[in-house]
Amino acid sequence: MRRLMYFLPLVGLLILGGFFLKGFELNPRELPNMLQGKQVPDFDLKPIKGRDDKGFSSKDLQGDVSLVNIFGSWCVACQVEHPFLMAVKERNLVPIHGIDWREQDPDAGPEWLRKSGDPYTLVGDDPLSKAAIAFGVTGAPETFLVDADTVVRYKHIGPITPEVWKETLWPLIQELRKQ
Amino acid sequence: MKTLLVTLLMALTALPVLAVEPSEMLKDPAKEARAREVSIALRCVVCQNQSIDDSNAQLARDMRILVRERIEAGDSNQEVLDYMVSRYGDFVLLEPPVKGTTYALWFGPLVIVGLGVVAVVAFYRRRLRAVAAGGGGTQAASVPLSDDEEKRLAALMEDAES
Repeated sequence: MRRLMYFLPLVGLLILGGFFLKGFELNPRELPNMLQGKQVPDFDLKPIKGRDDKGFSSKDLQGDVSLVNIFGSWCVACQVEHPFLMAVKERNLVPIHGIDWREQDPDAGPEWLRKSGDPYTLVGDDPLSKAAIAFGVTGAPETFLVDADTVVRYKHIGPITPEVWKETLWPLIQELRKQ
Repeated sequence: MKTLLVTLLMALTALPVLAVEPSEMLKDPAKEARAREVSIALRCVVCQNQSIDDSNAQLARDMRILVRERIEAGDSNQEVLDYMVSRYGDFVLLEPPVKGTTYALWFGPLVIVGLGVVAVVAFYRRRLRAVAAGGGGTQAASVPLSDDEEKRLAALMEDAES
């Protein structure tokens, strides 16, 4: 019994080591969604050039389930998900609103949308990361699913793939619409 | 020699490069000092192990500007930090807060050292007791030799004598 006591430090070390080992599996770039189940942050963004909407504010989200997609013309991963967003728009599945994040050149975002297609219902310009920080965004693209009462229901980090859509986003959207 | 001196001088006089640009700074030096203090405590979420005060990343710059705006608007340092935590979670603080989920992190090493001390003390106390019982010898000496060992010892002694 007394001898077993000598192994206590080792046991302690193993427990702590277990925590650290778990740490290796966590991706430090995937931050938790602090807004989960909370109201969307207040924002009121100016429109980008070449669109006839009056910008994009948190009030616009009231009354309908929608996606808020943070993108930028500089963002490579956004180009990956772009065709998928276009497909969602063409089938009229759910309104997607865009936050055009941190454009160095105010023409770059509109130019990119003009060339490759514009999947967004409303677009706001966020050159100084005001809305991006309010949403807790670390990199583009990130997409938030917001319900009709402007509560954030889900955050997806990285491009939306057909799998993510089929397995997570679309079922969630349908469920939120039933409520 | 001269080159060495010049190199040394250059190395010693090099000023740390600031990520904070002059245009970002607040006019009131007291508020600017507070903004620096807050920025040093906040992690740049894209560069991971730099504070936003050190980092040249764009998001870090935008966060520095936001910190200054909130200080100008009358937020306390803690309120600014709380706002950032409400957006990015505890991860945004470079020093993890002491709370339930981080007790293992903060106190785990202390507990292990404590257990180690207990183990060492127990070991020496046992040995001291054994020494006392063995009448001055070590623990090993207080154990009588087995028959085999006695025979081997005798053989060795004989070898040494011959």
